[in-house]
Parts: sequence; structure tokens; C-alpha cells
Amino acid sequence: MRDFSYLRANSIDAARQAAALPGAMLLAGGTTLIDLAKCGVTEPETVVDITHLNGLDGITVDDRGATIGALARMSSVADHADIKSRFPAVSEALWQAASAQLRNMATIGGNLMQRTRCPYFRDPANFPACNKRTPGSGCSAIGGVTRGHAVLGTSEACIATYPGDLATALVAFDATVHLGDRQVAADDFFLLPGTTPDREHAIEPGEMITAISIPASAAAGRSTYLKVRDRQSYEFAAASAAVGIEFEADGRTIRDLRVALGGVATKPWRARAVEEALKGKVLEADTVKQASLLAIEAAVDHGANHYKIELAPRVIARAILKVGETA
Amino acid sequence: MTSKTRIPIQLQINGRRHELEVEPRVTLLDALRDHLGLTGTKKGCDQGQCGACTVHVDGQRVLACLTLAAQAEGRAVTSIEGLAEGDGTLHAVQAAFLEQDAFQCGYCTPGQIMSAVACIREGHAGSDDEIREYMAGNLCRCGAYPHIVAAVRQAALEVASSMETAS
Ligand SMILES: Cc1cc2nc3c(=O)[nH]c(=O)nc-3n(C[C@H](O)[C@H](O)[C@H](O)COP(=O)(O)OP(=O)(O)OC[C@H]3O[C@@H](n4cnc5c(N)ncnc54)[C@H](O)[C@@H]3O)c2cc1C
Ligand code: SF4
Ligand code: FES
Ligand code: FES
Repeated sequence: MRDFSYLRANSIDAARQAAALPGAMLLAGGTTLIDLAKCGVTEPETVVDITHLNGLDGITVDDRGATIGALARMSSVADHADIKSRFPAVSEALWQAASAQLRNMATIGGNLMQRTRCPYFRDPANFPACNKRTPGSGCSAIGGVTRGHAVLGTSEACIATYPGDLATALVAFDATVHLGDRQVAADDFFLLPGTTPDREHAIEPGEMITAISIPASAAAGRSTYLKVRDRQSYEFAAASAAVGIEFEADGRTIRDLRVALGGVATKPWRARAVEEALKGKVLEADTVKQASLLAIEAAVDHGANHYKIELAPRVIARAILKVGETA
Repeated sequence: MTSKTRIPIQLQINGRRHELEVEPRVTLLDALRDHLGLTGTKKGCDQGQCGACTVHVDGQRVLACLTLAAQAEGRAVTSIEGLAEGDGTLHAVQAAFLEQDAFQCGYCTPGQIMSAVACIREGHAGSDDEIREYMAGNLCRCGAYPHIVAAVRQAALEVASSMETAS
């Protein structure tokens, strides 16, 4: 790991100013930043430690929704009683991510900014070609080993999967990312690779995530996060779904449905076609399975990741039936 | 280029204060092992993947390999060396690992024990499944998992009953 200078921010403004300088990066839990610095992927000149800032780790939940400070740890949010009861998919996405130690370190702000696990991206010494790391250098994954790569939202420049679990739930429930005074819908915060895969987030140098907020909804209250992976725990998703459901008074007709996919797309992937197809329908296994296929209509595989196209709709259907049936 | 000189830091480790000068990039793991001679905390992957470097910072289990030493300033760090009592009496988790033979080579063991102490304190050791889930961040190349789960289960019961007698 190349050396850097260390700055401890004592106010949000100081952190923003310091982070705006060339080569400077914010340091929160460090579980992405220090990891990637060790891989030689990020080489900060200065790290600006924001973990000693006070007042940015609050979690408040009321009838309007939840507001979570950028420095709240993944573990505190996952274990928060009101998050568990009013936003179960958010809690489940968090406790099924990483490990207990990592969740004690990792912050919500840093979590949104985590980078892809594309093995070529993480290995600059052996794979200099990576458009995400070095724009214009090519993509080592296309034509390489693609088992973990995305089938939705890819471009000719990059097929890297967005790996995070939390953001998948945030996108499903229309969360907002707060950058100080400016606010961005979670769905718009994450960018498609297109021709600029190096740009991943709608955030500018000198901006800092200060909080996220999630509006309360009946669907968020009756929700789940289903994560399918190569091993039972401590692994990124092969495919995952954040799903929430609200029924009409009859308890069977779907009034509101939220579906977002993780582990299969280049950004947290809201599956609106599935939602629209099922609203107004009675919850029933065959209907749900049929509608879930709409999520992968535009999917493109690169060989070894073909299984994700089969897996994703099954994960969606299982998640919808699971939240729908626990009456 | 900004200058990257060594910086003075103060660390509070196992109740003792240490002053050291380190490059900013030095991790808490390297500070413990290479600067302070506390080699009980192990370096497995050095990338946040194995849990061998687990220590407690302000009572929470974290990975020392992804924590900068400078970040730990002002926090209370506990490593495996600080777990037993002053007179050498082992912590209930250490004793349970011995009794259940919860290791083979022992390399992952300090990390497993530090993780288990926190796992029990967090209330995440209620069943074998819960123990497996919440201990998943500690890999054991020797595959001693069944004995590790048994040790955590035993220690969790002991901790619970000692809390009952105390109250
Ligand atoms: C072994 C391993 C397994 C993992 N498994 C999973 C998993 O299964 N699911 C999952 O979702 N994640 C997983 N992760 C990723 C983990 O969740 C992220 O690394 C973590 O959430 C990042 O948060 P942090 O606070 O540590 O960020 P840092 O590493 O401190 O920062 C990450 C990036 O965000 C920037 N940043 C930090 N805070 C802010 C802010 N407030 N505003 C703007 N920018 C900011 C930093 O400059 C940096 O570029 C895993 C990580 C590891 C190492
Ligand atoms: S898929 Fe994206 S991140 Fe991976 S090598 Fe290609 S350009 Fe880089
Ligand atoms: S050495 Fe820190 S997790 Fe492996
Ligand atoms: S006992 Fe050898 S690695 Fe766990």
C-alpha cells in the first residue's frame, strides 16, 4: 500500500474541503478504501478520516420514515428495533452482508460508495485493461471469466456487477441520498456504466453523503431481502431481491409491490415491469413466476454468468411469495 | 505532493497507553504486531476476508488489517493478550475453546476467540445456526468449525448463568 497523509476531520465542512483537494479521499470504515489501496486500485495522496465526527451516526424512525446518518454502522442499523419492524428488508440486507466485524466498521455512507468486486478491476498488476479503473484501457472481463458479472445494465465498456445489498433495498423503497443540502433519489445516485464506467455515483468532488432517508410505506413494512449465494454466509449475492408488498383490504389482491434486484446488474436494479404486471392481481404462484420473468427481458449474458438470467426471476418469485404468504 | 512523514499517535491497548510514531498507512494490525510486539493478533489475508486479525475497538469486534492505527487513536483497543484476567485466569471463551478442543493449528484461534466474545456479548449466540451466521467472518482452514460452534455455545451458556448469579 502506497503511503498517504492522514487528516482527521473535525467538522463536516472541513472534511468536504479537504476531500475536494486533488488526490484526497474520505475515509470512513475503510473496508473498501483500505482494501482497494492494498490492491493498488486506489492510491490516495491524503485520506480524510471522518470517523471522529460527531452527530452523523444517528438513526431516527417515525411515522414518516427513517433517517440514517452517514456514519451509522451497518451493524447498528441492522439491529435497530424500528428498522427491523418497519423496514425488514433493510435490516435483512444489512445483516446478510459481509461479516459481523466488517459491519461494525462499515458505515452507511461508505456502503453506498463501495466498488465492484470484478476480479480484474481489483488486480491492476495483472490486468492493466479496465475501463472503470483506467478509462479507455479496455475491459479484461469481456472474453474472460465472467461468472460474477452483470447481465443487466451492461455496456460495451464495462460489465461489472454492483455488489452491494443495502442499496438494493434502498432503491426498492424510494430512498433518498442526502449530500448536505442537495438530495438525490437512490435510484439516480447509482449510474449505469455506459461509456463512462469510471463514474459510478452522482456525487461531485467535495460533496459528502451526510444521511439517507427512507419514506415509510406499507410495502416497506411488509418486506424481505432474499440473498442467494455460493455459500450460506459471508459472500456477495449471486442474485438477490428486495421485495415489499401491500394488499388490498381483501388480503390477496396486490395494491403496491416493490421489487429490486442485486448481484445481477451494474447498479441496484429496480424491476418496475414486474411491479406493474402484478399490481391489481391476486397473489398466486404461477402469476408471480410469470411476471418475474419480465425482470430479465433485456438481460445479456457473457457465457459463464448465464445462470444469473435463470436465477434472478426465481429469486424474485420466491421473495414475493414469501412476503405475500406470511399473513 | 503532500509530505508523508511519520505521525505520532497514542494508542490505548489492553488498558495501557502506548506512544508510537508510524507512517499513516500503518494498520492497527501492523502496529500491534510489528511496533508493539503483540503478535497474538494474527495476519491471515491482510484484506478483510479471514477474521484472523479480529480485535475489539471500544468493545466492538473489528478487523485490525483494515483499520488504520491512526483511526484507533482515542479508542480502547483490546487484543487477545488483554482477554485473560491479570492473575492469568482465562476468559470463559478461552477456557471453552480449550475444553472443546476448538482448533487444530491454532492460527485462526485468537481471532475466533475475540469474535466469539463479542458475538456472545451482542446476543448473537442464541442457537447453533445463529452462532454459525455471526461467526461466519472467521475462517478456519483446518475446518474446526463444529468444535468452534460447540465452544461458543458452551461459553454463551456459562456467561448467561454467571450473569444470573450476579444479578
Ligand atoms: C470481505 C468483504 C466482504 C464484503 N461483503 C459484502 C456483502 O456481502 N454485501 C455488501 O453489501 N457489502 C459487502 N462488503 C462491502 C462493505 O459493505 C463495504 O466495504 C462497506 O460498506 C464500505 O463502508 P466503509 O465505511 O468501510 O467505507 P470506506 O472504505 O471508508 O469508504 C468507501 C468509499 O466511500 C467513500 N466515502 C466514505 N464515506 C463517505 C461519505 N460519507 N460520503 C461520500 N463518500 C464517502 C470513501 O472515500 C471511499 O471511496 C464486503 C467487504 C469486504 C471487505
Ligand atoms: S467489467 Fe468493468 S470493472 Fe471489470 S475489467 Fe471490465 S471495465 Fe473493469
Ligand atoms: S488478516 Fe484481517 S481479515 Fe484476514
Ligand atoms: S485451527 Fe487452523 S486455521 Fe483454524
